[in-house]
Amino acid sequence: MHYAPAPLHIPDGFLNLVTSLVFWALTGLFVGIALSRTNKALGEKQVPLMGIMAAFIFAAQMLNFPVAGGTSGHFLGGALAAIVLGPWAGILVMTAVIAVQALLFQDGGLLVMGANIFNMGVLTAIIGFGLYRIVSASANKTLKLAAAGVAAWLSTVAAALLTALQLWLSGTSRLEIVLPAMLGVHLLIGIGEALITVAALAFLMQTRPDLLEAENVAAKGGTGWVIAGILVSLVAVLLSPLASADPDGLERVAEDLGFLDTGLDAPYQILPDYTIPFLGETALSTIIAGLVGAFVVLGLMILVGGLLKKRSA
Amino acid sequence: MHVNAFDRYYATESPLHRLDARVKVLGLIAFVLSNALLPDGAWAAFGLTWLLLLLANLASHLGPDFTFRRSFIALPFMLVALSALFAPNGQPLAEWNLLGLSLTPTDTGLIRFGSILLRTWLSVQAGILLVAVTPFPDLIHAFEHLRVPAILTTIIAFLYRYLFVLSDEVLRLLRARDSRSAAIPGQKSGRSVFWRAQITGHMAGQLFLRSYERSDRIYHAMLARGYTGHIRTLRAHVMRRRDWLSLVLLIAALLVVQLIGRIG
Repeated sequence: MHYAPAPLHIPDGFLNLVTSLVFWALTGLFVGIALSRTNKALGEKQVPLMGIMAAFIFAAQMLNFPVAGGTSGHFLGGALAAIVLGPWAGILVMTAVIAVQALLFQDGGLLVMGANIFNMGVLTAIIGFGLYRIVSASANKTLKLAAAGVAAWLSTVAAALLTALQLWLSGTSRLEIVLPAMLGVHLLIGIGEALITVAALAFLMQTRPDLLEAENVAAKGGTGWVIAGILVSLVAVLLSPLASADPDGLERVAEDLGFLDTGLDAPYQILPDYTIPFLGETALSTIIAGLVGAFVVLGLMILVGGLLKKRSA
Repeated sequence: MHVNAFDRYYATESPLHRLDARVKVLGLIAFVLSNALLPDGAWAAFGLTWLLLLLANLASHLGPDFTFRRSFIALPFMLVALSALFAPNGQPLAEWNLLGLSLTPTDTGLIRFGSILLRTWLSVQAGILLVAVTPFPDLIHAFEHLRVPAILTTIIAFLYRYLFVLSDEVLRLLRARDSRSAAIPGQKSGRSVFWRAQITGHMAGQLFLRSYERSDRIYHAMLARGYTGHIRTLRAHVMRRRDWLSLVLLIAALLVVQLIGRIG
């Protein structure tokens, strides 16, 4: 139980060289900016803080709660780190976590580490902080918690989407299988992530409100993050159905599986970590499903946030 | 928690243990890169790479199948690559029926899947070997020598040092939850999944606070002991002739592997 691998860590060999290097370059850019900002803006005090926060994320991933049928929900923590520590520190913390997971536990590869950091560190920081930053100045606690919940859910889903796309671009997996499988699982994992993030944040708002003061949050990242967060979120919400509808993605297997006919009735099974649900949908139905899902989560988060607030009042 | 729970280092005396950590890190990167560069279906080259791995295993004095026995952790991810079996451009090999779905594995798909499997398997084993023969602090120091920014390596050093402490904190939180969650066998205990997730969230928040406040105390304790932003090590870390020779030999061997992979 000491250490449970999270299902988003791509091992070496799964991505081709071009994809790996492109994402290493992108990650290098973000981590480089994060490092230079840390160098300039913050004293040496921040380094121990970030190291211990990285250990916190690592240890928090051991927290689990029973869901059903022997499976358990886990906490990934990227969105929470970005919201509380700020996006740049969040990126550095997640970089350290992913590097140690890859080096020490071979959970995730070296050559593909750039992609792993981008999926789980950079993307979660952009969406997590960006969406939370929209309402960070608001006095409405429920609204803030709801935004954090949606951000946590969407960042998990977006990471799964990007992972699926990377595997597809590398010719490792077939898009029409890996995309619904990855999205399917992480739509659920994301809900667990959102619930934990919201509860953790509600706890922090009561015990250490100073950490989450509006000026404090605003100082950690400007409105550029809001724009980036909204744009990336929109891309993630709109890209999933478009990728699913890609004509290339409906070739032989699509015909063999015959899922165009059977549609949503196709049977699927949930494995502990991954599912292989041979779900086939049209672009429109997926877009609607995605939007409905987003609204359901939003509603749920407002509800949960409201309940938590009432209890504290 | 036992202090070695997160330690993957096997303390013993061997040529591989004595090698400079930088050589081992560069060797691992070259090894993984070589695997990624090999074309699909270059079985001879994959075999030769496995042989190199076997030699490294022997040089570590940990046993010839040391890394193999520990390498199955990457297998769950193989499910993701399974869909490569059904590549559309190739000769169909069989028709499977699975829960009413017909699947057609092809020969190109099989070659692709086998190659991905081997690349991952080899790379994972090399990683396992590296952490088994190099103490983690030396590894971090090697990355610092290899021009990884000092802030990042220091963060990683702190992460490693306090991982043990915070894991104990998590175990205490989990034990506290268990001890307050008495249940009569056969009867449903606790509340809904959402409630459980919320409790876990509070535990995450609690853990965050304890970590955050601990980092404050740690910083002040370090300041009092003369911390200037750098972590010092006692080890000299000097590249000797043997280290250079090993690096050159390994890279030469990997070049041969590449050559065989391209011709064959």
